[in-house]
Amino acid sequence: MLDLEFMRLAFAAGAIVGVVAPVVGFFLVQRQMSLIGDGIGHVAFAGVAAGYLIGISPVWTALAAAIIGAVGIEWLRAHKQAAGDQALALVFYTGIAGGVVLISAAGALNANLFSYLFGSILTVTRRDLLTIALLGFASLVVVAVLLRALLAVSIDEEGARVAGLPVPILNAVVSMLAALTIGISMRIVGILLIAALMVLPVIAAQRIAWSLRSTMGLSILVGLASVLAGLTVSYYGDLPPGGTIVLAATGFFLASSATEFVRARV
Amino acid sequence: MPLAVEFSQVEFGYLPGQPVLRDVELGIEAGEFVAIAGPNGGGKTTLLRLALGLERPTRGEVRLFGEPADSFRDRAGLGYLAQRTHLGVQAPATVREVVAAGRCARKPFGRFTRGDDDAVERAIERVGLGELRNRPLTRLSGGQQQRAFIAKALAAEPRLLALDEPTTGVDVESQEALAELLARLHSELGVTILYVSHEFGAIENVVERLVLVRERIVFDGSPSALPELWHDPSHAHA
Repeated sequence: MLDLEFMRLAFAAGAIVGVVAPVVGFFLVQRQMSLIGDGIGHVAFAGVAAGYLIGISPVWTALAAAIIGAVGIEWLRAHKQAAGDQALALVFYTGIAGGVVLISAAGALNANLFSYLFGSILTVTRRDLLTIALLGFASLVVVAVLLRALLAVSIDEEGARVAGLPVPILNAVVSMLAALTIGISMRIVGILLIAALMVLPVIAAQRIAWSLRSTMGLSILVGLASVLAGLTVSYYGDLPPGGTIVLAATGFFLASSATEFVRARV
Repeated sequence: MPLAVEFSQVEFGYLPGQPVLRDVELGIEAGEFVAIAGPNGGGKTTLLRLALGLERPTRGEVRLFGEPADSFRDRAGLGYLAQRTHLGVQAPATVREVVAAGRCARKPFGRFTRGDDDAVERAIERVGLGELRNRPLTRLSGGQQQRAFIAKALAAEPRLLALDEPTTGVDVESQEALAELLARLHSELGVTILYVSHEFGAIENVVERLVLVRERIVFDGSPSALPELWHDPSHAHA
């Protein structure tokens, strides 16, 4: 399988996504904003459609739309224009509706569109890999630098505000990181399923973890294992990698839940 | 030396024409231990939020250590325990991780220095959770969790410790233990403490000063000077 260039590229890109997605997802889950990735993903779908319509690379238009969606959700939340779930619903439905209209207008309802929605192991180019590596590395550096402040806001947002931490900026950074993660992951996992790769490894890990540090470490392991297992199944089964990766993550979640169940009774 | 907290003719309301607080005149010296009590909805939590600069007065001025509260610069010097404090994260955060989050006010970015680690350890030891430092908070009792949050507030070595209804949902024994702990911290650290509660309970025996709030300040003095009837906060306005 790894004799093939496209599989080596898919595995390299997948490994990066498998690490970055749970690291960013960790903060979404802790802020009880697990579905924000879905909302941003649907706006990114509108971005893909816009790319087809105006004839430029859908990757970049999707990334731009994801960032706009992330900023929009955070602005609505921060300015109390809508409760968290309402802000999400507004962005979510507007994104999918805009995407459907734009994709129809562009006449792009075809198999290529499906590769953006559900991922494809055939489509990662060397240039894509370089972009994914650079943006993924930048995301990890941002998290490493801001880790303590991000954890402090997650643990006690009001306390962090009193202590003078720039809470709105830190919340906006998390949303922007989510948008970036969606941008770099859509070639592998697909826009509609990337949110699951940000969330499932984290909720699987925190069932068996013993601290925040171990939760993040186990999340990365689960994310990485899910991507590698999912890509392998995708290759041999000729299936969309987004689906197989997320199902692998679901398998890890079920395994960690079973472990927690057994441990509680021993 | 400026007052730790100073309210001058303060009025505040969340909605126009509906003041929650009015004519508030209050000065708290640095190093005082003050309980702010009153009935639910009487404005005591609002008073604390104004003191911390989380809200701006509709009229008048609130100063913290001589500076306007809403633009107070040394915010790391404010330890705060919010009403119904609960862990914001769903993952199993240990006592040490929670307390270290409090130190973040002094060191928000990059790695902790040896001094930061020592401050976190001291805060954990001060509240008596040394042996539980690596245990997830979710596996501690309500009283122990409350102490962990106090350690978090202490980790930044604050000048002012503000606690909003810290005994809500905590049993009587834990309330007494908390009162003793705060009295000890006050005498050891000399920190200014503002303790907001709708009931006096065990805290009445350890504070130096009691402020009763019901839209206005209706009593300000030693707890022993409070008429017996007023020990029931619902009669604070009588």
